[in-house]
Amino acid sequence: MTHGSGSPRTIGVEGLSRVEGEGSLRVVVHDGTVTDVALEIFEPPRYFEALLVGRHFTEAPDITARICGICPVAYQMSACSAMEAACGVVVDDRVASLRRLLYCGEWIQSHALHIYLLHAPDFLGCADAVELAERDRTAVERGLSIKRTGNLIMETVGGRAVHPVNVRVGGFYRAPDPEAVAALAEPLRRARDAALETVEWVSRFEFPDVIGDYRFVALRDPGRYPIERGRPASSDGLDLGPAEFGDLAVEEHVARSTALHARLAGRDPYLTGPMARYALNSAVLPPIAADAAAMAGLGPVCSNPFQSIVVRSVELVVACDEALALVEAYLPPDPPASEVRPRPGVGTGVTEAPRGLLLHRYEIDAEGTILAARIMPPTSQNQLTIEADLRRVVQEGLHLEDDDLQWRCEQAVRNHDPCISCAAHFLDVSVVET
Amino acid sequence: MSRTDLPEPDRRPSLAVWKFASCDGCQLSLLDCEDELLTLAKVVDIAHFSEMSRASAEGPYDVSLVEGSITTPDDAQRILEIRSSSHLLVTIGACATAGGIQGLRNFAASGAYASAVYAHPEYIDALETSTPIAAHVEVDYELHGCPVDRSQLLEVLTASLAGRTPVIPGHSVCQECKSRGTVCLLVAGDTPCLGPVTRAGCGAICPSMDRGCFGCFGPADTANTASLAAHLRLQGMAPVDVSRLFATFNAGAPAFRHEALAQGGPVPSAPVRITHRAEREGPR
Repeated sequence: MTHGSGSPRTIGVEGLSRVEGEGSLRVVVHDGTVTDVALEIFEPPRYFEALLVGRHFTEAPDITARICGICPVAYQMSACSAMEAACGVVVDDRVASLRRLLYCGEWIQSHALHIYLLHAPDFLGCADAVELAERDRTAVERGLSIKRTGNLIMETVGGRAVHPVNVRVGGFYRAPDPEAVAALAEPLRRARDAALETVEWVSRFEFPDVIGDYRFVALRDPGRYPIERGRPASSDGLDLGPAEFGDLAVEEHVARSTALHARLAGRDPYLTGPMARYALNSAVLPPIAADAAAMAGLGPVCSNPFQSIVVRSVELVVACDEALALVEAYLPPDPPASEVRPRPGVGTGVTEAPRGLLLHRYEIDAEGTILAARIMPPTSQNQLTIEADLRRVVQEGLHLEDDDLQWRCEQAVRNHDPCISCAAHFLDVSVVET
Repeated sequence: MSRTDLPEPDRRPSLAVWKFASCDGCQLSLLDCEDELLTLAKVVDIAHFSEMSRASAEGPYDVSLVEGSITTPDDAQRILEIRSSSHLLVTIGACATAGGIQGLRNFAASGAYASAVYAHPEYIDALETSTPIAAHVEVDYELHGCPVDRSQLLEVLTASLAGRTPVIPGHSVCQECKSRGTVCLLVAGDTPCLGPVTRAGCGAICPSMDRGCFGCFGPADTANTASLAAHLRLQGMAPVDVSRLFATFNAGAPAFRHEALAQGGPVPSAPVRITHRAEREGPR
């Protein structure tokens, strides 16, 4: 294919599909060099940080859950964690364990959704999972069955799968009955087996040979894989408390996006999500997941973004295995929630949403009225890195026909499971580069 | 439903799913129908559903499901085009039927949110209001909930395809508590609960977890919100708390909006400080 000088080649996708939310991408190539890359987010802003101001601190978990229907638990957990930090409350171990179980449910449903319905069709040349099912119904049914188990955990612990109702600042409204929790064990054993099959299935896909030079940022939770708590850390040596991380992560407001672009400590962009969590925590994988990762040929760090589907599948094993252990050890918290009395202050909460680190910070007054709110979702943190990936993928795929290159670009975006609904409601802007 | 002409039997009816300002949770409810999804894809032609498929077919569509509220000038235009290419248009969820949680901006002074919030408001092309789909185009059926209930969604889809009216209750959550044997929190436990004025459909999950209903499904058909508000006040709730209870995901539904305003509005009357982070934490 020839593209003479003076006639830029443009690869564009108007409405990105198989992502959560509304976005587009545009890449411009001039004389064989990528000159412009933009992941554009045109999801309408919903002003969450503004509408939270004046609300009661106990309302934040339910209100912020509505930022994202795919990862509402992540929002509830980061909100609870931030409010408890502001009020000086540490929840008891049983509440913490039940939160981790609920969060595992969300990881399982979200990861199964992304692997089977949103991402795998790319590797197999299908437009969607329905087309994929025509060729390999067993695989799609396996994915749906894993997803159903994730939803079952959310329904049992949280009351329903989308926007669970049982979460409150301090804990839960009601501890689920031991019998109901015990009934999750059998579906979880099947889901864990299916997750192992998933790792094997996706490890056989063909991956474009693209290696990213990533700066990874993820939580670390001593001795175990980070989900509902931990300290933010980076692959270049940062180890931060949640509040420090909030101070150092700076978001920029640019014209093409209703999401902020984040940089950390004034340095390069960074990546959060499964690849980052894995790179910083592969040493603490549960044995069954470590074995699966080894069988799939993953080293301690994975830097090929197209292999994120393998990492995500390993995390599916982690979540099923963790959930099963939590179910088997379940003791109902009594009372189901700690009492949380408001006091004037600021609190920061960070947890690992399925697609990456999610930070909430609130300032509240003595009555518990929210004075200021800041929410930093994973996709706005990842946006600059996704654009760097697009640049690399296009540069190394210039030999491809436009349609194929366009599809590969879409795939490069989907590698990071962006949640555009999440990303489009930053508001609290501190630094703007123009 | 008024429009009942169905496609000829040898053609699969086409389904389109559209998103406006929302969280994706209601369309996710369709993908959450794990047992029915592949069967559904056989009996209908999923012509446009960008969360699920790269493929997108041109209209007209037999049934369009619309999630989300109208918050931008572009979207106000786009819904007109979707209406004109859809035989039946069904709105799903609190955003599409009542403006959603983002509808709280409708309570604020004109322009307050955008100017308080953005460093570069000129980059943002948003309306000052969040409005339901029915404020812009004719809607054939509204399915409520934040999120919608999966089985109700399947019922609405099945009914739409069969050309009949969906069987969806308009009564209150109280009846669901009674049928599942949950003791009334409002009467027996002094727990604030919107169950008496909230549309059924969730299965009364909150009261079953010792939590008062917080109105996800919006007002029931015959909601007496004034009576419930008076009861809550008698129990000792402050007006601002009663107002907040009514002003969440369905704050734009007329019965809830009216009661929230009657109680003085959902935020304290004293001016609220909205600070940019840079101001709050000093210069970098």
